[in-house]
Amino acid sequence: MNIATPARSMASGTTGAPRHPSTAKTPTATALAIRLTRCAKTWPDGTRALEPLDLEVQAGETLALLGPSGCGKTTLLRMICGLEQADDGSRIDFGDTDVTRVAPEARGVGVVFQGYALFPNMSVAGNVGYGLKIRGVDAATRRRRVSEMLALVELEALAERRIDQLSGGQRQRVALARAIAIEPRVLLLDEPLTALDARLRQQLRVDLAALLRRLGITCVIVTHDQEEAMMLGDRVAVMSAGRLEQLGTPETLYRQPASPFVADFLGTLCRLQGEAVRHHHGVDTLTFRPHEVRLDAPGSGLEARIEARFFLGSHVRFELRLDDGQRCTALATASAGWQPGERVGISLIPTPPAQETLPC
Amino acid sequence: MTHSRFDTRLGLAVTLAVTAFLIGPVLLSVSAGLTRNYFVGLDSGLTLKWVAQVWELYADTIWRSYAVALITLGVTLAIGVPAAWVLTLYPGRLARLLEELLTLPVAVPGLATALALIVSWGSVGWLRSSVAFIVIGHVLFTLPFMVRAARAGMQGSDLRTLDEAAATLGASHRQRFFDIVVPAARSGIVTGALTVVTLSIGEFNLTWLLHTPLTKTLPVGLADSYASMRLEVASAYTLVFLLMLLPLMIGLQWFAARSTRSGGLSLGAST
Repeated sequence: MNIATPARSMASGTTGAPRHPSTAKTPTATALAIRLTRCAKTWPDGTRALEPLDLEVQAGETLALLGPSGCGKTTLLRMICGLEQADDGSRIDFGDTDVTRVAPEARGVGVVFQGYALFPNMSVAGNVGYGLKIRGVDAATRRRRVSEMLALVELEALAERRIDQLSGGQRQRVALARAIAIEPRVLLLDEPLTALDARLRQQLRVDLAALLRRLGITCVIVTHDQEEAMMLGDRVAVMSAGRLEQLGTPETLYRQPASPFVADFLGTLCRLQGEAVRHHHGVDTLTFRPHEVRLDAPGSGLEARIEARFFLGSHVRFELRLDDGQRCTALATASAGWQPGERVGISLIPTPPAQETLPC
Repeated sequence: MTHSRFDTRLGLAVTLAVTAFLIGPVLLSVSAGLTRNYFVGLDSGLTLKWVAQVWELYADTIWRSYAVALITLGVTLAIGVPAAWVLTLYPGRLARLLEELLTLPVAVPGLATALALIVSWGSVGWLRSSVAFIVIGHVLFTLPFMVRAARAGMQGSDLRTLDEAAATLGASHRQRFFDIVVPAARSGIVTGALTVVTLSIGEFNLTWLLHTPLTKTLPVGLADSYASMRLEVASAYTLVFLLMLLPLMIGLQWFAARSTRSGGLSLGAST
């Protein structure tokens, strides 16, 4: 719990800004667009990790790569930072520079690794300052810059700590400070919050979103957590089996998913079909989100039986079963009093068709 | 509980018996080296005459052995540690083959290795008659031990990711090797160094065939004294050997234990 407090002030990090105005400005000036052209990756054994893919990350934008494990999102990230070599014919540009064959050490990319990969033989300050030391920055400037970075992530007091004396949340922030200390042109984050427990993750997600906005740096973040992707990404790229399924703002993806996979990955998608659906709704297949369901007394619309009821605080989740065996989920306000075993009528809360188009 | 106590006692007894069996001859030999006349026994009185004689005749072999061991250590460190890292980075079939090849000189009798060296390099006059020839033999023999130990030190932590992290921060291969890999593998490297020094100082098989009268090492000198001197002199030589070697061994063990315990954590508070 002791980590939560400083973490919170990292979100309202503007408190740190007036003291160190340089940290807020410099990276923004160097923000670069990333352009991937027909980028593909085939492993030596012939498996295709990534189908040829075009993707552009705009300068200063945060793009979230979202998908289940094994979908190729981490491979894509490793290709951007140069740790994985793309297949022949692929091309990666940072701004106007072709970096396809540039070694990772020359790309000027800040990376936060999934397990943070902090150097155990160095202190917190040693880790944060390592990139600067490599660049030959003199000791005084380095010290100043390191303390700026540590101030940014609210870890000044821990500068001389060893890495194994830090909590998970602190390590995450050291990794972030280390990555941005080199004033990277591009920041890449690989599942930056996955290693943390749920409660801390919630908090750091908010903090990270604020920090990224403040830095104004071009950023690609890999995650399998849809909420994380939607909160951190200006745009989200949904990936599946080495392919880009859809790219768009979180709202577009949620409201106009291009495929059932996208619809299902960003929130729950319910799909009902059959005679009863045709009879009551005049369509072959009915697709909707759980929160769009209205439950009434039986007699109106489709009838279903309540299989289970979960009270979740702000709302209640019902698992419903139609007479023909089809199932769906409904979210209702916390005051909904239906109990398991009771029968209800299902109807859909109408949404403006321009706002939402769910795939069938 | 009585059962396990019995086991403990039995274990202790066996250990003591084995130790006595091992150390007995050493003690006898040492006492022989200090006895005026071994065939008469301790009654003939104690003397340091033999020790002084050994020192006079063989002091150079002792210093030479130290020098050979240190140079061998330097060479195995310079070759073995980078080789271990390359083998760790590219764990393919080729790497396995290379490692097997590297291990070959351990399995092949030292005499055979020495003979091969003489056949292939013996005609190069200056090399054949220099200490460097012995160093080459020792490096061949000890290198696999260094590679194995260093590799073991590199396997534990997720060193590849640390290496990648350093790469994205701009560090070259060389910088990453010295800043990240070596500190992480430190305990393994120290173990390897300890093994290499010990093996090199005690090495006889190879050295016996490779040496010239002017490039005798300690164990070769020992054999020489056994063959050509009084038994008392040879025993005194054993004593000198122990006196020279034991402090070194204890010191290295202590150093190894210390650096393993601190685990390379206090190394670089460098900002």
